Amino acid sequence: MSRFNLDNKYKAIVIGGSAGSFQGITQILSALPADFSLPIILCLHRLKHVRNGFVEALSIKSIKPVVEPYDKEGIKKGKVYLAPANYHLCIELGNTFSLSTEEMYNNSRPSIDITLDTAAYTFKDKLIGILLSGANRDGALGMKRIKDRGGLTIIQDPEECMIDTMPNAAKNLTEIDYTLKVKEIIQFLVELDKLYFK
Amino acid sequence: MDRQDIEISDLRRITELVKEQYRYDFTNYAMSSFRRRILRIMELYKFGSADLLIKRLKDDKSFFDEFISEITVNVTEMFRDPSFWRELRDNVIPNILLNHNTISIWHAGCSSGEEVFSMAILLKEMGILNKAKIIATDIDKVILDKAKLGHYSMKNMELNEKNYIRFEGKGSFKDYFTEQNGKAVMDKTLIDNVSFREHDLVQGVVFNKFDLILCRNVMIYFNQNLQNEVLKKHHESLFKYGYLVIGSKESLIWCEIANKFIVVNNEEKVYKKIKD
Repeated sequence: MSRFNLDNKYKAIVIGGSAGSFQGITQILSALPADFSLPIILCLHRLKHVRNGFVEALSIKSIKPVVEPYDKEGIKKGKVYLAPANYHLCIELGNTFSLSTEEMYNNSRPSIDITLDTAAYTFKDKLIGILLSGANRDGALGMKRIKDRGGLTIIQDPEECMIDTMPNAAKNLTEIDYTLKVKEIIQFLVELDKLYFK
Repeated sequence: MDRQDIEISDLRRITELVKEQYRYDFTNYAMSSFRRRILRIMELYKFGSADLLIKRLKDDKSFFDEFISEITVNVTEMFRDPSFWRELRDNVIPNILLNHNTISIWHAGCSSGEEVFSMAILLKEMGILNKAKIIATDIDKVILDKAKLGHYSMKNMELNEKNYIRFEGKGSFKDYFTEQNGKAVMDKTLIDNVSFREHDLVQGVVFNKFDLILCRNVMIYFNQNLQNEVLKKHHESLFKYGYLVIGSKESLIWCEIANKFIVVNNEEKVYKKIKD
Protein backbone atom coordinates (compact mmCIF):
# COMPACT_ATOMS: atom_id res chain seq x y z
CA MET A 1 0.00 0.00 0.00
CA SER A 2 1.22 3.42 -0.88
CA ARG A 3 1.41 6.04 1.84
CA PHE A 4 -0.08 8.43 -0.69
CA ASN A 5 -3.68 8.68 -1.69
CA LEU A 6 -3.09 8.40 -5.43
CA ASP A 7 -5.46 8.97 -8.30
CA ASN A 8 -5.03 8.94 -12.06
CA LYS A 9 -7.43 11.83 -12.66
CA TYR A 10 -4.60 14.38 -12.78
CA LYS A 11 -3.76 16.09 -16.07
CA ALA A 12 -0.73 18.18 -15.15
CA ILE A 13 1.87 18.96 -12.51
CA VAL A 14 3.07 22.48 -11.80
CA ILE A 15 6.24 23.05 -9.81
CA GLY A 16 7.24 26.43 -8.38
CA GLY A 17 10.64 27.22 -6.93
CA SER A 18 12.94 30.08 -6.10
CA ALA A 19 16.15 30.52 -4.14
CA GLY A 20 17.53 27.13 -3.14
CA SER A 21 15.27 25.10 -5.42
CA PHE A 22 17.59 24.38 -8.32
CA GLN A 23 19.11 21.28 -6.76
CA GLY A 24 15.72 19.87 -5.79
CA ILE A 25 14.37 20.44 -9.29
CA THR A 26 17.31 18.74 -10.97
CA GLN A 27 17.04 15.79 -8.54
CA ILE A 28 13.39 15.38 -9.42
CA LEU A 29 13.93 15.73 -13.17
CA SER A 30 16.80 13.23 -13.13
CA ALA A 31 14.94 10.57 -11.15
CA LEU A 32 11.64 10.36 -13.04
CA PRO A 33 10.88 7.46 -15.37
CA ALA A 34 11.97 8.34 -18.91
CA ASP A 35 8.40 7.93 -20.15
CA PHE A 36 6.77 9.92 -17.34
CA SER A 37 3.19 10.57 -18.44
CA LEU A 38 1.99 13.90 -17.16
CA PRO A 39 3.18 17.26 -18.43
CA ILE A 40 5.38 19.03 -15.89
CA ILE A 41 5.27 22.82 -15.90
CA LEU A 42 8.09 24.58 -14.08
CA CYS A 43 7.89 28.16 -12.92
CA LEU A 44 11.20 29.08 -11.34
CA HIS A 45 12.43 32.53 -10.41
CA ARG A 46 15.25 33.45 -12.72
CA LEU A 47 17.22 36.41 -14.00
CA LYS A 48 14.92 38.58 -16.07
CA HIS A 49 17.42 39.57 -18.70
CA VAL A 50 19.21 36.31 -19.30
CA ARG A 51 17.27 34.44 -21.95
CA ASN A 52 19.69 31.59 -22.54
CA GLY A 53 21.43 29.01 -20.40
CA PHE A 54 18.86 28.11 -17.76
CA VAL A 55 16.84 25.67 -19.82
CA GLU A 56 20.08 24.03 -20.97
CA ALA A 57 21.33 23.71 -17.39
CA LEU A 58 18.10 22.00 -16.36
CA SER A 59 18.10 19.75 -19.41
CA ILE A 60 21.56 18.33 -18.71
CA LYS A 61 20.31 16.45 -15.66
CA SER A 62 16.76 15.85 -16.76
CA ILE A 63 15.37 12.57 -18.10
CA LYS A 64 13.97 14.53 -21.02
CA PRO A 65 14.70 17.93 -22.51
CA VAL A 66 13.18 20.91 -20.76
CA VAL A 67 11.61 23.38 -23.18
CA GLU A 68 10.48 26.99 -22.90
CA PRO A 69 7.11 27.02 -24.62
CA TYR A 70 6.11 29.49 -27.27
CA ASP A 71 2.98 31.54 -26.82
CA LYS A 72 -0.13 29.41 -27.64
CA GLU A 73 1.90 26.20 -27.81
CA GLY A 74 -0.22 23.17 -26.91
CA ILE A 75 0.52 21.39 -23.62
CA LYS A 76 1.54 17.83 -24.44
CA LYS A 77 1.75 14.72 -22.30
CA GLY A 78 5.13 13.75 -21.03
CA LYS A 79 6.80 17.08 -21.72
CA VAL A 80 8.69 19.29 -19.29
CA TYR A 81 8.14 23.02 -19.72
CA LEU A 82 9.88 26.00 -18.16
CA ALA A 83 8.54 29.56 -17.85
CA PRO A 84 10.73 31.76 -20.10
CA ALA A 85 12.71 34.73 -18.77
CA ASN A 86 10.81 38.02 -18.36
CA TYR A 87 7.41 36.53 -19.25
CA HIS A 88 4.60 35.22 -17.09
CA LEU A 89 3.62 31.70 -18.11
CA CYS A 90 -0.16 31.25 -18.09
CA ILE A 91 -2.27 28.22 -18.85
CA GLU A 92 -5.02 29.00 -21.30
CA LEU A 93 -8.39 27.29 -21.53
CA GLY A 94 -8.05 24.62 -24.20
CA ASN A 95 -4.72 23.44 -22.80
CA THR A 96 -2.31 25.81 -24.44
CA PHE A 97 0.23 28.12 -22.91
CA SER A 98 -0.19 31.86 -23.07
CA LEU A 99 2.58 34.27 -22.26
CA SER A 100 2.25 37.70 -20.75
CA THR A 101 4.52 40.68 -20.13
CA GLU A 102 2.18 42.27 -17.62
CA GLU A 103 3.34 43.83 -14.33
CA MET A 104 5.67 41.88 -12.10
CA TYR A 105 3.83 40.02 -9.40
CA ASN A 106 5.54 39.47 -6.03
CA ASN A 107 8.48 41.25 -7.65
CA SER A 108 8.69 38.40 -10.10
CA ARG A 109 8.21 37.79 -13.81
CA PRO A 110 7.65 34.90 -14.24
CA SER A 111 5.49 34.81 -11.14
CA ILE A 112 4.70 31.41 -9.64
CA ASP A 113 1.32 32.67 -8.40
CA ILE A 114 0.26 33.52 -11.95
CA THR A 115 1.27 30.14 -13.37
CA LEU A 116 -0.40 28.24 -10.52
CA ASP A 117 -3.53 30.38 -10.58
CA THR A 118 -4.09 30.05 -14.33
CA ALA A 119 -3.29 26.33 -14.20
CA ALA A 120 -5.84 25.87 -11.41
CA TYR A 121 -8.43 27.79 -13.44
CA THR A 122 -7.92 25.48 -16.43
CA PHE A 123 -7.23 22.10 -14.82
CA LYS A 124 -9.40 22.57 -11.69
CA ASP A 125 -9.23 19.41 -9.53
CA LYS A 126 -6.99 17.67 -12.05
CA LEU A 127 -3.87 19.60 -11.09
CA ILE A 128 -1.01 18.88 -8.71
CA GLY A 129 0.93 21.88 -7.38
CA ILE A 130 4.37 21.45 -5.85
CA LEU A 131 6.15 24.34 -4.15
CA LEU A 132 9.86 24.12 -3.31
CA SER A 133 12.43 26.24 -1.47
CA GLY A 134 12.29 30.01 -1.89
CA ALA A 135 12.84 33.34 -0.17
CA ASN A 136 9.59 35.17 -0.86
CA ARG A 137 5.85 34.56 -0.73
CA ASP A 138 5.29 33.93 -4.43
CA GLY A 139 3.33 30.72 -4.97
CA ALA A 140 1.38 30.77 -1.71
CA LEU A 141 -1.73 32.30 -3.25
CA GLY A 142 -1.41 30.06 -6.27
CA MET A 143 -1.36 27.00 -4.01
CA LYS A 144 -4.51 28.29 -2.35
CA ARG A 145 -6.16 28.62 -5.78
CA ILE A 146 -5.22 25.00 -6.55
CA LYS A 147 -6.67 23.83 -3.26
CA ASP A 148 -9.82 25.95 -3.68
CA ARG A 149 -10.46 24.30 -7.05
CA GLY A 150 -9.97 20.81 -5.69
CA GLY A 151 -6.40 20.10 -6.80
CA LEU A 152 -3.61 18.50 -4.79
CA THR A 153 -0.98 20.57 -2.96
CA ILE A 154 2.54 19.48 -2.00
CA ILE A 155 5.29 21.54 -0.40
CA GLN A 156 8.91 20.68 0.09
CA ASP A 157 9.51 19.99 3.77
CA PRO A 158 10.60 23.38 5.19
CA GLU A 159 13.18 21.51 7.30
CA GLU A 160 14.91 20.43 4.12
CA CYS A 161 14.61 23.77 2.30
CA MET A 162 17.61 26.00 1.96
CA ILE A 163 15.17 28.88 2.44
CA ASP A 164 11.79 27.93 3.88
CA THR A 165 9.85 31.20 3.44
CA MET A 166 8.00 30.08 0.35
CA PRO A 167 6.66 26.69 1.49
CA ASN A 168 5.84 28.13 4.90
CA ALA A 169 3.88 31.00 3.34
CA ALA A 170 1.82 28.47 1.40
CA LYS A 171 1.27 26.37 4.51
CA ASN A 172 0.01 29.42 6.38
CA LEU A 173 -2.43 30.36 3.63
CA THR A 174 -3.99 27.08 2.61
CA GLU A 175 -4.31 23.39 3.30
CA ILE A 176 -1.31 21.38 2.15
CA ASP A 177 -1.92 17.73 1.31
CA TYR A 178 1.65 16.53 1.65
CA THR A 179 4.80 18.00 3.16
CA LEU A 180 7.62 16.00 1.63
CA LYS A 181 11.37 15.85 1.24
CA VAL A 182 12.63 15.87 -2.36
CA LYS A 183 13.22 12.10 -2.21
CA GLU A 184 9.62 11.58 -1.16
CA ILE A 185 8.35 13.90 -3.88
CA ILE A 186 10.18 11.68 -6.38
CA GLN A 187 8.65 8.60 -4.78
CA PHE A 188 5.22 10.21 -5.02
CA LEU A 189 5.64 11.02 -8.70
CA VAL A 190 7.01 7.57 -9.54
CA GLU A 191 4.09 5.87 -7.82
CA LEU A 192 1.61 8.25 -9.40
CA ASP A 193 3.02 7.55 -12.84
CA LYS A 194 2.33 3.81 -12.43
CA LEU A 195 -1.39 4.56 -12.43
CA TYR A 196 -1.25 5.85 -15.99
CA PHE A 197 -1.49 3.27 -18.74
CA LYS A 198 1.40 3.58 -21.10
CA MET B 1 -5.82 38.74 -7.88
CA ASP B 2 -5.87 38.42 -4.11
CA ARG B 3 -9.44 38.12 -3.01
CA GLN B 4 -11.80 37.68 -5.88
CA ASP B 5 -12.26 35.33 -8.75
CA ILE B 6 -14.53 35.51 -11.75
CA GLU B 7 -16.26 32.84 -13.77
CA ILE B 8 -16.09 32.50 -17.54
CA SER B 9 -19.78 33.27 -17.93
CA ASP B 10 -19.21 36.70 -16.36
CA LEU B 11 -16.21 37.35 -18.60
CA ARG B 12 -18.43 36.56 -21.61
CA ARG B 13 -21.09 38.99 -20.38
CA ILE B 14 -18.45 41.70 -20.18
CA THR B 15 -17.08 41.09 -23.68
CA GLU B 16 -20.60 40.98 -25.11
CA LEU B 17 -21.58 44.26 -23.51
CA VAL B 18 -18.39 45.98 -24.63
CA LYS B 19 -18.86 44.70 -28.16
CA GLU B 20 -22.46 45.79 -28.36
CA GLN B 21 -22.20 49.14 -26.66
CA TYR B 22 -18.68 50.28 -27.51
CA ARG B 23 -17.83 48.31 -30.68
CA TYR B 24 -14.61 46.91 -29.27
CA ASP B 25 -14.22 43.17 -29.61
CA PHE B 26 -12.39 41.32 -26.84
CA THR B 27 -14.08 37.96 -27.45
CA ASN B 28 -10.92 36.50 -28.94
CA TYR B 29 -8.50 37.79 -26.36
CA ALA B 30 -6.51 35.15 -24.46
CA MET B 31 -8.76 34.29 -21.57
CA SER B 32 -5.99 33.77 -18.99
CA SER B 33 -4.73 37.33 -19.19
CA PHE B 34 -8.08 38.97 -19.96
CA ARG B 35 -9.47 37.45 -16.76
CA ARG B 36 -6.62 38.88 -14.72
CA ARG B 37 -7.04 42.33 -16.27
CA ILE B 38 -10.73 42.26 -15.33
CA LEU B 39 -9.88 41.16 -11.79
CA ARG B 40 -7.36 43.98 -11.64
CA ILE B 41 -9.98 46.53 -12.67
CA MET B 42 -12.40 45.13 -10.09
CA GLU B 43 -9.73 45.53 -7.44
CA LEU B 44 -8.62 49.04 -8.53
CA TYR B 45 -12.17 50.39 -8.71
CA LYS B 46 -13.41 48.32 -5.79
CA PHE B 47 -16.14 46.52 -7.71
CA GLY B 48 -17.20 43.75 -5.36
CA SER B 49 -18.71 41.72 -8.18
CA ALA B 50 -18.79 41.38 -11.95
CA ASP B 51 -22.32 42.78 -11.89
CA LEU B 52 -21.09 46.09 -10.48
CA LEU B 53 -18.46 46.39 -13.19
CA ILE B 54 -21.04 45.58 -15.86
CA LYS B 55 -23.42 48.19 -14.46
CA ARG B 56 -20.73 50.86 -14.52
CA LEU B 57 -19.82 49.99 -18.11
CA LYS B 58 -23.48 50.25 -19.06
CA ASP B 59 -24.20 53.51 -17.30
CA ASP B 60 -20.99 55.49 -17.53
CA LYS B 61 -19.55 56.03 -21.00
CA SER B 62 -16.69 58.13 -19.68
CA PHE B 63 -15.49 55.13 -17.71
CA PHE B 64 -14.83 53.20 -20.89
CA ASP B 65 -11.52 54.94 -21.78
CA GLU B 66 -10.20 54.01 -18.37
CA PHE B 67 -11.45 50.48 -18.89
CA ILE B 68 -9.55 50.18 -22.19
CA SER B 69 -6.44 51.53 -20.51
CA GLU B 70 -6.56 48.93 -17.79
CA ILE B 71 -7.47 46.02 -20.07
CA THR B 72 -4.43 46.53 -22.24
CA VAL B 73 -1.07 45.60 -20.79
CA ASN B 74 1.25 48.57 -20.88
CA VAL B 75 4.37 47.21 -19.28
CA THR B 76 7.37 47.62 -21.51
CA GLU B 77 10.96 48.74 -21.48
CA MET B 78 13.39 50.47 -23.85
CA PHE B 79 15.62 48.12 -25.80
CA ARG B 80 13.85 45.05 -24.41
CA ASP B 81 15.93 42.09 -25.68
CA PRO B 82 19.06 44.09 -26.53
CA SER B 83 20.30 41.37 -28.90
CA PHE B 84 17.20 41.98 -31.04
CA TRP B 85 18.00 45.67 -31.33
CA ARG B 86 21.56 44.81 -32.38
CA GLU B 87 20.15 42.53 -35.08
CA LEU B 88 17.94 45.38 -36.25
CA ARG B 89 20.85 47.81 -36.42
CA ASP B 90 23.45 45.46 -37.85
CA ASN B 91 21.38 43.44 -40.33
CA VAL B 92 17.70 44.22 -40.83
CA ILE B 93 17.83 47.98 -41.38
CA PRO B 94 21.03 47.94 -43.50
CA ASN B 95 19.30 45.35 -45.68
CA ILE B 96 16.23 47.50 -46.16
CA LEU B 97 18.40 50.49 -47.05
CA LEU B 98 20.23 48.52 -49.74
CA ASN B 99 17.22 49.02 -51.96
CA HIS B 100 15.59 52.17 -50.63
CA ASN B 101 16.61 55.64 -49.59
CA THR B 102 13.92 55.80 -46.96
CA ILE B 103 12.43 53.39 -44.48
CA SER B 104 8.85 53.14 -43.27
CA ILE B 105 8.24 51.60 -39.88
CA TRP B 106 5.06 50.67 -38.01
CA HIS B 107 5.03 50.10 -34.27
CA ALA B 108 1.82 48.09 -33.97
CA GLY B 109 0.75 48.34 -30.33
CA CYS B 110 3.27 50.97 -29.25
CA SER B 111 2.01 51.30 -25.68
CA SER B 112 3.77 54.05 -23.70
CA GLY B 113 6.32 54.58 -26.46
CA GLU B 114 9.48 52.99 -25.07
CA GLU B 115 9.98 50.97 -28.23
CA VAL B 116 9.42 54.02 -30.42
CA PHE B 117 12.09 55.97 -28.56
CA SER B 118 14.42 52.97 -28.74
CA MET B 119 13.95 52.89 -32.50
CA ALA B 120 14.50 56.63 -32.83
CA ILE B 121 17.71 56.43 -30.80
CA LEU B 122 18.92 53.51 -32.93
CA LEU B 123 18.16 55.35 -36.17
CA LYS B 124 19.75 58.55 -34.92
CA GLU B 125 22.94 56.68 -34.04
CA MET B 126 22.92 55.17 -37.53
CA GLY B 127 22.57 58.68 -38.93
CA ILE B 128 19.31 57.90 -40.72
CA LEU B 129 16.61 59.22 -38.41
CA ASN B 130 15.62 61.78 -41.06
CA LYS B 131 15.14 58.99 -43.61
CA ALA B 132 12.58 57.20 -41.47
CA LYS B 133 8.83 57.57 -41.53
CA ILE B 134 7.45 56.04 -38.37
CA ILE B 135 3.86 55.34 -37.45
CA ALA B 136 3.07 54.24 -33.91
CA THR B 137 -0.40 52.97 -33.08
CA ASP B 138 -2.26 51.72 -30.06
CA ILE B 139 -5.84 50.92 -29.11
CA ASP B 140 -5.50 52.99 -25.94
CA LYS B 141 -5.84 56.80 -26.28
CA VAL B 142 -4.55 57.47 -22.79
CA ILE B 143 -1.33 55.56 -23.36
CA LEU B 144 -0.77 57.23 -26.74
CA ASP B 145 -0.78 60.61 -25.01
CA LYS B 146 1.79 59.25 -22.62
CA ALA B 147 3.93 58.01 -25.49
CA LYS B 148 3.79 61.44 -27.18
CA LEU B 149 4.75 63.13 -23.96
CA GLY B 150 7.82 60.93 -23.45
CA HIS B 151 8.05 61.22 -19.69
CA TYR B 152 9.23 58.14 -17.81
CA SER B 153 10.00 57.33 -14.22
CA MET B 154 13.66 57.51 -13.30
CA LYS B 155 13.38 54.06 -11.77
CA ASN B 156 12.53 52.57 -15.17
CA MET B 157 15.37 54.51 -16.77
CA GLU B 158 17.88 52.42 -14.81
CA LEU B 159 16.65 49.29 -16.54
CA ASN B 160 16.39 51.10 -19.87
CA GLU B 161 19.98 52.25 -19.56
CA LYS B 162 21.17 48.73 -18.74
CA ASN B 163 19.42 47.48 -21.86
CA TYR B 164 20.96 50.30 -23.90
CA ILE B 165 24.42 49.33 -22.69
CA ARG B 166 23.78 45.69 -23.62
CA PHE B 167 22.55 46.91 -26.99
CA GLU B 168 25.99 48.54 -27.32
CA GLY B 169 24.65 51.94 -28.25
CA LYS B 170 27.19 54.37 -29.65
CA GLY B 171 26.51 57.23 -27.32
CA SER B 172 25.64 57.78 -23.72
CA PHE B 173 22.05 56.95 -22.84
CA LYS B 174 21.86 60.09 -20.72
CA ASP B 175 22.20 62.20 -23.86
CA TYR B 176 18.63 61.31 -24.79
CA PHE B 177 16.77 62.66 -21.79
CA THR B 178 16.94 65.22 -19.05
CA GLU B 179 15.82 64.77 -15.49
CA GLN B 180 13.04 67.16 -14.48
CA ASN B 181 11.18 66.93 -11.18
CA GLY B 182 12.23 63.32 -10.68
CA LYS B 183 11.07 62.31 -14.17
CA ALA B 184 13.02 61.46 -17.27
CA VAL B 185 11.95 63.79 -20.05
CA MET B 186 12.91 62.36 -23.42
CA ASP B 187 14.46 64.49 -26.16
CA LYS B 188 11.36 65.30 -28.20
CA THR B 189 13.31 65.85 -31.45
CA LEU B 190 13.70 62.06 -31.52
CA ILE B 191 10.03 61.66 -32.34
CA ASP B 192 9.61 64.58 -34.77
CA ASN B 193 9.04 62.10 -37.59
CA VAL B 194 6.71 59.85 -35.64
CA SER B 195 2.99 59.93 -36.19
CA PHE B 196 0.99 58.53 -33.28
CA ARG B 197 -2.47 57.20 -34.09
CA GLU B 198 -5.29 55.42 -32.37
CA HIS B 199 -5.77 52.05 -34.03
CA ASP B 200 -7.30 48.72 -33.04
CA LEU B 201 -5.39 45.79 -34.50
CA VAL B 202 -8.49 43.62 -34.23
CA GLN B 203 -11.03 45.75 -36.08
CA GLY B 204 -8.83 48.31 -37.77
CA VAL B 205 -8.28 48.18 -41.52
CA VAL B 206 -5.00 48.02 -43.41
CA PHE B 207 -4.02 51.69 -43.74
CA ASN B 208 -0.54 51.72 -45.24
CA LYS B 209 2.43 49.67 -46.41
CA PHE B 210 5.68 49.37 -44.50
CA ASP B 211 9.23 48.09 -44.81
CA LEU B 212 9.26 47.02 -41.18
CA ILE B 213 6.53 46.17 -38.69
CA LEU B 214 7.26 45.69 -35.01
CA CYS B 215 4.53 43.90 -33.13
CA ARG B 216 6.35 42.41 -30.19
CA ASN B 217 4.48 40.89 -27.27
CA VAL B 218 1.18 42.31 -28.45
CA MET B 219 -0.48 39.28 -30.01
CA ILE B 220 0.27 37.15 -26.93
CA TYR B 221 -2.92 38.68 -25.52
CA PHE B 222 -4.96 37.22 -28.39
CA ASN B 223 -6.12 33.67 -28.94
CA GLN B 224 -4.86 31.74 -31.94
CA ASN B 225 -7.78 32.62 -34.23
CA LEU B 226 -7.32 36.28 -33.63
CA GLN B 227 -3.55 36.02 -34.05
CA ASN B 228 -4.24 34.52 -37.45
CA GLU B 229 -6.50 37.38 -38.47
CA VAL B 230 -4.12 40.06 -37.25
CA LEU B 231 -1.16 38.39 -38.95
CA LYS B 232 -3.03 38.45 -42.25
CA LYS B 233 -3.38 42.21 -41.88
CA HIS B 234 0.29 42.54 -40.98
CA HIS B 235 1.15 40.58 -44.10
CA GLU B 236 -0.99 42.91 -46.19
CA SER B 237 0.59 45.93 -44.56
CA LEU B 238 4.10 44.91 -45.58
CA PHE B 239 5.83 45.55 -48.89
CA LYS B 240 7.12 42.39 -50.49
CA TYR B 241 10.46 41.60 -48.80
CA GLY B 242 9.46 43.74 -45.85
CA TYR B 243 10.18 42.57 -42.31
CA LEU B 244 7.90 41.56 -39.45
CA VAL B 245 9.20 41.26 -35.91
CA ILE B 246 7.34 39.57 -33.07
CA GLY B 247 8.27 38.86 -29.43
CA SER B 248 11.07 36.45 -28.56
CA LYS B 249 8.65 33.73 -27.41
CA GLU B 250 6.03 34.22 -30.10
CA SER B 251 5.95 32.15 -33.25
CA LEU B 252 4.45 32.22 -36.73
CA ILE B 253 4.57 28.39 -36.97
CA TRP B 254 0.89 27.91 -36.32
CA CYS B 255 -0.48 30.70 -38.44
CA GLU B 256 -2.16 30.11 -41.79
CA ILE B 257 0.10 32.43 -43.73
CA ALA B 258 3.38 31.14 -42.29
CA ASN B 259 4.43 30.03 -45.77
CA LYS B 260 4.37 33.62 -46.99
CA PHE B 261 7.24 34.48 -44.69
CA ILE B 262 10.74 33.16 -44.19
CA VAL B 263 12.62 33.20 -40.93
CA VAL B 264 15.48 35.67 -41.04
CA ASN B 265 16.53 35.28 -37.42
CA ASN B 266 14.77 32.68 -35.31
CA GLU B 267 16.31 33.72 -32.01
CA GLU B 268 15.10 37.32 -32.42
CA LYS B 269 11.91 36.37 -34.30
CA VAL B 270 12.57 38.40 -37.42
CA TYR B 271 10.52 37.31 -40.45
CA LYS B 272 10.58 38.46 -44.05
CA LYS B 273 7.57 38.53 -46.36
CA ILE B 274 8.42 36.61 -49.52
CA LYS B 275 4.99 36.13 -51.11
CA ASP B 276 2.05 38.44 -51.65
